[in-house]
Amino acid sequence: MTSSKVRARGTRRVPDATGLELIARELRAEEGAGGGAGAGSPVIETVFFRARATLVIEPARIRAVLARLRERGYAFLCSLHGVDHHPDEPRLGVIYELLDMGRVDRITVKLRVHSDQPEVPSVFPDGEDGPGWPTADHQEREVYDMFGVVFRGHPDLRRILMPEDYEGHPQRRDFPIGGEPVTFTHNERAALGTPK
Amino acid sequence: MTAPDQGAGPHAPSLSDYRKHEQSITLAPVEQQIADAQTADTREELLTLNFGPHHPATHGVLRLLVTLQGEVVRDLKPVIGYVHTGIEKTAEDKSYWKVIPVIERMDYLAYYFNAMAFCAAVETLVEVEVPKRAQYLRVIHLELNRIASHLIWLGTSALDLGAVSIFLYCLRERELILDLFEMSSGQRMHTRYFQVGGVFEDIPRGFEPKLREFLEIMPERADEYGAILNSNEIVLQRLRGTCPLDAQTLLSLGVTGPLLRAAGNPWDLRKAAPYCSYQDFDFKIPIGTVGDNYDRFAVRLAEIYESVKIIRQALDGLPEGPFITEDRKIALPPRHELATSMEALIHHFKLVTEGFRVPPGEVYEPIESPRGELACYVRSDGSSKPARVHMRDPSFVNLQALSHMVKGNYIADLIATVAMLDPILGGIDR
Repeated sequence: MTSSKVRARGTRRVPDATGLELIARELRAEEGAGGGAGAGSPVIETVFFRARATLVIEPARIRAVLARLRERGYAFLCSLHGVDHHPDEPRLGVIYELLDMGRVDRITVKLRVHSDQPEVPSVFPDGEDGPGWPTADHQEREVYDMFGVVFRGHPDLRRILMPEDYEGHPQRRDFPIGGEPVTFTHNERAALGTPK
Repeated sequence: MTAPDQGAGPHAPSLSDYRKHEQSITLAPVEQQIADAQTADTREELLTLNFGPHHPATHGVLRLLVTLQGEVVRDLKPVIGYVHTGIEKTAEDKSYWKVIPVIERMDYLAYYFNAMAFCAAVETLVEVEVPKRAQYLRVIHLELNRIASHLIWLGTSALDLGAVSIFLYCLRERELILDLFEMSSGQRMHTRYFQVGGVFEDIPRGFEPKLREFLEIMPERADEYGAILNSNEIVLQRLRGTCPLDAQTLLSLGVTGPLLRAAGNPWDLRKAAPYCSYQDFDFKIPIGTVGDNYDRFAVRLAEIYESVKIIRQALDGLPEGPFITEDRKIALPPRHELATSMEALIHHFKLVTEGFRVPPGEVYEPIESPRGELACYVRSDGSSKPARVHMRDPSFVNLQALSHMVKGNYIADLIATVAMLDPILGGIDR
């Protein structure tokens, strides 16, 4: 029990700052030289914050980067979620949390797209560039539903939590809270706009 | 039905016209109709069945569009969102400490876990150290909550399989846990006991003996559940060998928790990446072998015993000390200080009106909930309200595995599989 404090620190095994730079450098070397769809480095920046490693990458290269990380052991996609950086542009972010179960190692991959054209390649289906991530199915639909990020190549990109005929993407920061009329029996005609 | 005996003696009762007519009826025309209808076309015919959203076997407001061929499930699409309440959006409009009560209402059977994931994320952002006593108190309540959640799962699942009385037994034991929660926090559910930096209050006098009493009772009762269900032919028939899924497919679908452990993968964050002092305790990870419904049942039942072991160790080794951080910028000052210290009064006022500010940044903090990896993503923009709170709820991700599990199996196995999946719709829809 005396060593618990030391172990508690030691158990958070993410790549350290140096390890993150090494991964970023390898990705730059492997992907940047290849040319193909988008030449140049896929890694925009690396962030090491509170002992957590994040790679910020070019949106169009997401499938290739995740495939490279899968080869390195990060084979489990824990979570895929959206974030809105309103009012900064590029505004909409998508975050991929990867886990290496063997080494108990986590790495975050993040991309940001402009709100004028929020398009990201879907990582859900299998493609020519390798197998997909089946767990991303519902999670990409949720990000589309809540933030309006369009995942190109997703075979069934529909709203998942909000009603099908809902307008707008409620998790965006400029979407007001409390804009919904609450319908009760006494005001349902007025609230829903149905004639008498 | 035997044909009337024509050669009966004079003493045989003569049949009334009605009986004669009744006995002349045969089922031949109906049987012919059935035989005519059993062509290749009708055997191939698919039927789409709408299952839910209001159905007792869906464990909440879950709707399943099931494509059936006879009684065999050929395809299944879950439709969710019926209890979406926008908790993640609501959280963006509240200061950090006021987010805890709303976030607890996501997965309504594992409320301590929701609060724990959120508090852990905020504690990482503000870099506050949680006192050892608070960590142990958290472990006690988390594991009690895990048992309570598993009890509800066991009771409702057994109900789906036709075993009614076990539901009452499970609720009886859960009541003991809720009484303990009421003692420590004043609430039975959604207790708001975990705070950023520790817990709300120390456990009261009388909590410990009552908890020890419960720790004596619970393993015996779990033995009873095992004895009842493991010798119940119907339960075994419906669980054994039904709807297995291998660990590799589960991993690609992002499934964690008891479902993954039932397939033989011993992944548990309490062991793999201990948080909240879990490294201090000695416990085992129950795992299954084939990943069928019976393994899912057996793994959760075994986890109840392990949770009891953890609680006993945490209670025996409960260290002295503060139960919440003494950083006055984060946690409220104790009541007695307000009467004497101006500074305490100012801190109290600032915390209650504005809340504390959190340095800008974003973290993703995973913990092991009763259903798998529950993680909270918090992004701060430097103000006293979070810019984004997202809960990676295990029920939401695990639900995707349902269609893979039940395809090609009977619709009766679908009911058992939904029960063993243990989806909580409050967590799925948030």
